[in-house]
Parts: sequence; structure tokens; C-alpha cells
Amino acid sequence: MNTVLQLVSTTAALVSVALGIYLGVKWAPVGSRFNARPALYAMTGAAVALLALGSWMGLVWTPPEREMGHVYRIIYVHVPAMWMAMLALVLNFGCCIAYLFKASWKTDALAEAAAEVGLLFGTYGLVLGSIWGKPTWGVYWDWDPRLTAMAIMLVTYVGYTALRRFVEDPEKRAVWSSVVGIISGINMPIVWKSVQWWRSLHQVQSTPKTVDPDMVLALRVNAWASLILLVLFLLHRYRIALATREAEVALPSALPTDTRANPSEVV
Amino acid sequence: MRPGRSISLPRSVGVLLAKDLLIEWRTRARLNALVFFALATLLLFSFAVGPDTKLLARNAGGYLWLALLFASVLALGESFRVEQENLTLDGLRLAPADARAIFLSKAVGNTLLLVALGALLIPVMVALYGVQVAMGPLPFAITLLLGCMAISAPGTVYSAIASNARARDVLLPLLLFPLIIPALLAAAKATALVLQGDPMEQLGSWYGLLSGFNLIYWGLGFALFPRVIED
Repeated sequence: MNTVLQLVSTTAALVSVALGIYLGVKWAPVGSRFNARPALYAMTGAAVALLALGSWMGLVWTPPEREMGHVYRIIYVHVPAMWMAMLALVLNFGCCIAYLFKASWKTDALAEAAAEVGLLFGTYGLVLGSIWGKPTWGVYWDWDPRLTAMAIMLVTYVGYTALRRFVEDPEKRAVWSSVVGIISGINMPIVWKSVQWWRSLHQVQSTPKTVDPDMVLALRVNAWASLILLVLFLLHRYRIALATREAEVALPSALPTDTRANPSEVV
Repeated sequence: MRPGRSISLPRSVGVLLAKDLLIEWRTRARLNALVFFALATLLLFSFAVGPDTKLLARNAGGYLWLALLFASVLALGESFRVEQENLTLDGLRLAPADARAIFLSKAVGNTLLLVALGALLIPVMVALYGVQVAMGPLPFAITLLLGCMAISAPGTVYSAIASNARARDVLLPLLLFPLIIPALLAAAKATALVLQGDPMEQLGSWYGLLSGFNLIYWGLGFALFPRVIED
């Protein structure tokens, strides 16, 4: 039963993610006459189905935890949210490095999408963690190294997204935000390792290796559902960013020519 | 100099640094403003906390670094505004010098400015908060130097970016403050140990953290800065 469900959820997630990326980016890019909507609808359907299955498993199917009882069940959304945040921010880091080596509007648009979606998932995970912290630790927020490091990292990415809003020249914006993205990305290993370096309130990372075997499958199904959602959000945001960039870059040629640039036209 | 020959990196850093220091010395406007700003910040802390000398003395390390950090935003913002005014940054880029030399000279210049400011603030802290420097001047100087270097390296990269962007006065602190929290924490802890004595020998580990931070961000700034100011 476990192996079958695991295979089904993994296959559903991987197929829908691959199909979504292929159809959404390769086959039907922004502005093409082909429609990427069916692929995006199919991904949404797969995500909703897996989320429903995962929620049922997380809330009903898995046993309560020995010490925390039912309160622990938030890990089925908190942990995948944090994984997806890390995944998106690693993607942002990769895109920032790639842009400095080879300038491309696609890389820049993907970096923008990854930072914003990563920020979204990270904030969501942080809020979920606080909700869990109140009944478990007695406080919503504790200045634990993991919590503090994660909050600091999210604020650095708020700075990154603010920078993108404050620079109008698209080329300068792309280069500068790549530099800032690389500098901000240095924090990520610190956040990931913080629970091992400073052993304090937050437990070590919950991964399939550290949680009870009864809980692994529900965690995996929820993680696959989150992955589809992540890719779906990334695709949407990427297409918006790319369309915005195309509009920005195409704009100057549509404007009347600047007479100062061409002295012969000055009467 | 013969045409076509470029200047070595250390030499161009020296020339650029001398130029910045000369401008600084001739106007002295930035230094004066910084000193009074930092003094006002220190005074404000004692008003905000209340006239509890014990509490002030215990937190003096944190207050010193917050005052330096706030002042550093002014100093960093100003360091590229000088280059912006008459488009001199374009001139620097055209000169046969390495763009990384601009980073090094600006970062070293900002470090020197902040170290000087920190040295000026110590007597004020002794008078206002009643602190004693338990461990002598050398550990204090090392802490000050490492901490100011940690603010200057990412600060120089970010101020070069922010000086060209819209809303630059908001952008620099927004980018810089979260990034240097580890360095601020280490510098404040190290200063507290220097002021109050270090019976547990913890000072070395904070120096280690600060040195690692400096190594990463000076390296990143050195490698990435040419891309920041390219046209």
C-alpha cells in the first residue's frame, strides 16, 4: 500500500511538473498563438488532488505523535513549505550566477519569479511554525538561531525584491539584483545548518530520515503537492516577469526619438 | 606614464584612496556630520533607556555598534555621491585602473572613517555610560577594525548600487541591515567582552566569526564589484 501510494504520488508530481514546464515554457511561450492553459489547469488539478490526499493522510491516516499528540500534524505543511522556499531561493541563487556569466532576460525573469515565490513560501512556513510554537513551546516567537536566521534571510530577500522595484533601467536592474542575490544567497547554508551548529529549541531538520516511518509517506505526498504548487507559481510569475520585461525593453523604440541624440534633427 | 601601460592594483588603490582622503580632508563636512550624528545617537540611547548607569554600561557594546551602523549608512551613502555629482565615476572607469581598485579604495576609505569615528566615540562612552575598558586598547582596536571592515565591504557594494537607484536613502539600509546582523552581533559581543573582561576566553570565537564574515564579503565584493559599476 505504502509503496504503491508513494509511486503514484511521485509519478503524478514529476509528470505534471515536467509537462507543465515543457508546455508552459517551451511549447507555448508568452505571446505565442498556442495556449499553455491546459497544462497549467492539469497541474492545478494534480496539485489539488495530491493536496487533498496528503491532507487526509496527515490529518486522519497517520498516528498522533507520542508527546505532542495531534499538534505535530502541522509538519505536513510547515516542512514542505520550508523545503520549497529553500528550493526556490537556491534557484534564484543559480539564476543570479548564470545571469552574470550569460545575460538573458529569461534567466532574469526566472530569478525574479524564484525570489518572490521563495519569499512567499518562506513567510508561509514561518507563520505556520509560529502557530505550532505557541502550544508546543508556549511562545509564538523565540530568538532561537534557526528562527532568527530564517527571519533575517527572508528580510534580505525583501530587500532584493525592493531593489527590483526601485531600479527602472532593466539591464542595470538585472545585473545589480544578480549581485545582491548572490550576496544574499550566502545565508542559505547558515539557515540550513543552524539547527545542527547551535543545538537549541528548534529540532533538527524533519526529513524522511528523521521522522517516524509511519509519517514518511504523508510527508512525501504533501511535499510532492507543494512541489507542483511551487512550479505552478514559478511558471505564472515567470511568464508575467518575461512579458513585463519584453514590454519594458521594447518600449523605447516605440517612443518618439530623442532629438538630442540626433543633432541633425534639431531645427 | 607611457600610454597603454596600466597601473598595478595596489598602486591604483593607493592613488584612489589618497584622492578620497584628500577630498574628505578638504571639506571635512562628512566627518563633522558623522561625529555629531553618532554622538547624538549615543545620547539618545541614554535617554531612551533612562539614567540607569549599570544598564547603560552593560549594553554599551551594542549601543556603540548601533551608533556606528547608523552613522555608516550616512558615510556609505556619501562615498558614492561624491563620484555621482560631476559624473566622475565615468572618469574613473575610463582611467587605466582596475574596477576592483575602486572597490578596495572605497571600502578601505569607509573602514578608516568608521574606525576613526569609533575611536572618537570611546571617550564619550566612558563619560556618558561610565564604562571601563577592562582589556586594554589592543583587543579594542582589533574589534573595532574587524567590525568596521565587516560593515564596509558589503556596504560599499550596496551603496554603489543604491546611489544609482530610485529611493536610494531607503534602499541602502534595507539591503545592508539584514545582511550584517551576524557581524553586528559578533562585534557587539566582542566589545562587551573587551569592556567587561573575558574570563571564559570567548573573545577568540567572536573574532573568528568576524574574520570569516570579512573574508566572505571582501572576497565577494572584490569579485562582483566590476559588474556593479559597468555601464
